[in-house]
Amino acid sequence: MSKIITNVVCPYCGCLCDDLEVVIEGNKIVETECPCELGSGRFLDLDIATRIRESRIKVDEGFKEAKIDEAIERAAEILASARRPLIYGWSSTECDAIRVGIELAEEVGAIIDNTTSICHGPTILASQDVGISTCTLGEIKNRADLVIYWGCNPMQAHPRHLSRYTFFPRGFFREKGQDDRTLVVIDVRKTDTAKLAKHFLQVKPNYDYELISAFRLAIKGYQVPDSVGGISREKIEEIAKIMKESHFIVIFFGLGVTMSGAKNRNIDNVLSLTRDLHRFTKCVIMPMRGHYNVTGFNEVLTWETGFPYAVDFGRGHPKYNPGETSVIDVLLREEIDVALIIASDPIAHFPKEIAKSLMNVPIIVIDPYESLTTEVASIVIPSAVAGIEVDGTAYRMDHVPLRLRKILEPPEGILSDREILSRILENVKRLKGR
Amino acid sequence: MSEKLNVILITGRTISQGTAREGKKTQNEYVESAAICELDPEDIEKLRVKEGDTVRIETSYGAVIVRVVISTQAPHSGIVFIPMGPWANEIIGPNTDGIGMPSFKSISAEIEAVPDGKILDALALIKGR
Amino acid sequence: MLLINNGYVYDPLNKIDGEKVDIAIKDGKIVEESQINPLEAKVIDATNMIVMPGGIDVHTHISGYAINAGRRFRPEDGRRWLEPHTSIRRSGAGYSVPSTFVTGYRYAIMGYTMLCEPAMPPLLARHTHEELNDTPIVDTTAFTLLGNNWTVAQYIKRGEYERCAAFIAWMLRATKGYCIKMVNPGGVEAWAWRSNVKDLNDPVPYFDITPAELIRGLATVNEMLKLPHSIHVHTNQLGVPGNFEITIGSFDTIKDAKVSSIRGERKQSIHVTHAQFSAYGGDSWNNFESKADVIAKYVNNHPYVTIDMGQVIPGETTTMTADGPLEYNLHSLNNLKWINQGIELETGGGLVPFIYSRASPVNSVQWAIGLELALLIEDPFQVYLSTDHPNAGPFIRYPRIISWLMSKQSRESQLQKLHKRTSKRSLIGTIDREYNLYEIATITRAGQAVALEMSDTKGHLGVNADADVAIYDLDPNNLTPQKIEKAFSHAAYTIKDGEIVVKDGEVVSITQGKRFWVNPQVDEDLERMMLREIRRTFALFYTVTMPNFPVQEMYVPSSNEIKIDATYIS
Repeated sequence: MSKIITNVVCPYCGCLCDDLEVVIEGNKIVETECPCELGSGRFLDLDIATRIRESRIKVDEGFKEAKIDEAIERAAEILASARRPLIYGWSSTECDAIRVGIELAEEVGAIIDNTTSICHGPTILASQDVGISTCTLGEIKNRADLVIYWGCNPMQAHPRHLSRYTFFPRGFFREKGQDDRTLVVIDVRKTDTAKLAKHFLQVKPNYDYELISAFRLAIKGYQVPDSVGGISREKIEEIAKIMKESHFIVIFFGLGVTMSGAKNRNIDNVLSLTRDLHRFTKCVIMPMRGHYNVTGFNEVLTWETGFPYAVDFGRGHPKYNPGETSVIDVLLREEIDVALIIASDPIAHFPKEIAKSLMNVPIIVIDPYESLTTEVASIVIPSAVAGIEVDGTAYRMDHVPLRLRKILEPPEGILSDREILSRILENVKRLKGR
Repeated sequence: MSEKLNVILITGRTISQGTAREGKKTQNEYVESAAICELDPEDIEKLRVKEGDTVRIETSYGAVIVRVVISTQAPHSGIVFIPMGPWANEIIGPNTDGIGMPSFKSISAEIEAVPDGKILDALALIKGR
Repeated sequence: MLLINNGYVYDPLNKIDGEKVDIAIKDGKIVEESQINPLEAKVIDATNMIVMPGGIDVHTHISGYAINAGRRFRPEDGRRWLEPHTSIRRSGAGYSVPSTFVTGYRYAIMGYTMLCEPAMPPLLARHTHEELNDTPIVDTTAFTLLGNNWTVAQYIKRGEYERCAAFIAWMLRATKGYCIKMVNPGGVEAWAWRSNVKDLNDPVPYFDITPAELIRGLATVNEMLKLPHSIHVHTNQLGVPGNFEITIGSFDTIKDAKVSSIRGERKQSIHVTHAQFSAYGGDSWNNFESKADVIAKYVNNHPYVTIDMGQVIPGETTTMTADGPLEYNLHSLNNLKWINQGIELETGGGLVPFIYSRASPVNSVQWAIGLELALLIEDPFQVYLSTDHPNAGPFIRYPRIISWLMSKQSRESQLQKLHKRTSKRSLIGTIDREYNLYEIATITRAGQAVALEMSDTKGHLGVNADADVAIYDLDPNNLTPQKIEKAFSHAAYTIKDGEIVVKDGEVVSITQGKRFWVNPQVDEDLERMMLREIRRTFALFYTVTMPNFPVQEMYVPSSNEIKIDATYIS
């Protein structure tokens, strides 16, 4: 007997679409109504062969399967006796799990960090210097007449961004949808997103900072050089004019600007452009957050500790200093003696030397699926998939919080991240005599 | 004699890397979606390769062999794109310029054709480090 | 069971003015002394100490998107005051924008037991509740932002008050909110187009409704629904010289409104918050002056108006409000980093760090205005102590404000440190009045309880009150400004629901407070019609689906729901 569940929240990317339909038969997903390959893949490929069914612990000859309680106890022992533990990941799990994780990090004096460090950390750093003018995605849908994507490719990374939120939909003040809007894309390649744009500016790699500066000059009427970053003065002035004549501008930007060239200074500059444009019109800016709850981690860590990522509890109080307390740097300095990785696969996504450094220490992994990190871990604890088998809160890229659904039971004996972490925490407290 | 091109390397997301990301990293789908480089047709011609051939890409941090794919995000002559993943990370450096973020994009690299190059699967790649 | 003996009790709602009354506590409530066995009870000897109900803060930004943006973008504020974890306390950080655990601890240490988060955007209400769940010890409530809401504007414009009431009822239920909050009504919607409203009669772009109509309309709906609190208003043109006229005008728009609340306790039909920012004369920063006397006179002549102070504390803090254009203007003044927010169909906001400088003639007069309001308003039930934390100053400075109110001498000494123009542009130097402890208890406890209509169980120490008690080591026969500030900064005891949570200024036990929220129910058919209309709004204009919008039960684990039968509205 099949059941259709509507308004399901998708636990994949920062779009956090909440209008999915999922068809279930018994305890299995048979179909999804979702116009996005990433989202529908998430639901349909739930129970693939690489789903981890049993905990395992590394022993001399390889691995042995273990009961979950044994794995949890062993993990707690390792963490409780660690001198400089790292707890990393978080971006693909829900907020209650994150809250337990923060308490655990505090208890063991760990460094706690998430993918922000290798994603929009530079954006947060720049915003901490100059501020940020932003809004929720519905403001874009209803008001934006100039939509700019800079250094990001939503057609590959956030497939429904343009259709659900920004360019194609009709809005309250944009009744003709895309015909009431102008799309501008700035990138080093003519991406799928760029192909849709009325204006595509193919900037030279590492020249974003100069191009942003050129716009800031042009809107104020200053002379710009003949060519900046491969873009002609005529084009720069044309776009500057369009900006000043628009009523509501939005700039979406991604890793093209955070990960290259001047990094956080690129962002500083484009945030300042947004602010400068306020002399003439309304302008907002938004970073394209990748994972569906990377923003949630920043929110929870901020309200509980005062700081958004890269927090070091080594001295008992939260210490925040990206470049020093951030995950890449502590691993580069080989300070870590134990790592707990949850809802992330750093061995796949960190630069080689950093992944090597991580592989030199005992790793505890909590994840539903085999990954490169589980392959090298000392303890693997399988978990339920948040957003499908576990409910909880997630924060969309624009900070709108939604409740993830539980639409299925997890496989036999598989616990949620928050339950696993709670048990580890309980064990740690017991070991420390609290 | 194979042509060596100086290029700029960028790494990032694609849909197929994204769908392989969840739970399929130890499988062939991941190799097919992330052990590749997307090249501009002009650069493919300069390198005298065709789609499916293997190339070697080297930065000051290391070298990796991946398979050629004709870019659908062209033109971008002089720019090589590798989807995020262990193959890309084989040649990305660890330094964060004091702000925590490595340089995953816009790095100088050299690329040359390597006929019948051996592409390691993800596990072999990381275990060989 | 607890017995508090021999303390000087200040309980204005029960008219106790410093008499020695023993307070008996059992099962979290204040009871008759005969109900407890003094041999079994824990006895607190409050000799030479004063005893008050737990403090109530009617307006403090402690939870939700805006304050968290303050924390996120001001790590320098976090680093200014770092607190380690202990066997009892979680760690935290922040001076003007403290993290949630330390917010609860620091308020409890000051003897506060109920906090009101005044700016909850409906779309982000879930976030507000998540943070309140991580704010230990204190009871909490959150005010739903509705003054720039598209649906509200459309209903009021069309004169459809019943449907508007149905919408407000649904919104309060969906956001688990306490009351109708209005910030720069109409102006924040105009700000989405880089504009503002100039005065009460300046229509909002497109929606063509004036701030006066919004205030009148929502006050009407508020009384139709008999909500426990009145509309809670941050006036238009806040912080702008000359704005006192708009404030008087805002009071005037609803002077004919008949107060009608579910328990008939509250007397106000409008509460103007942080009124210091709305009491400005002159027409530029050059001739800027205090008009606190004009505002105070109006309040004195009209019992339907209440205000809270919004007292400025010299020093650095963070401004954050839903008033987008105000924050942009502040940024233009001081060029410090500026955060701006816009929330679809509902509201917006902004944030800018700010330094109130003693050397600045403007900031000095601002300091005077807050105090003048409290000192010139005769009935302390009409004015409440606040700093609009953190906008005019951080909440940890409340004890200093108490000392200023109670001691003319301490005001004089502060005045010496301020700009010499202060006395010419304000009346502060001429005011001799000094508050007594009974009046302090009113403006920090009793008054708020009545204005929020919680005075059955909050804000007093009579039988049936929740056992939320603050005991301060202060001898009323031996008061000095320094002793006052010290005593109110670190309570000798704070008791929450009958449990000792603070002793000698240290947190000794962690409890979880309750979330107060209001659930009005209108006629079912009316609600159905309204829902049909807003279903369309969700489908076309929001970016979340309607079923996913309301805050679910699990976000208020310790819920204190106030049901209102408003089914007569049809």
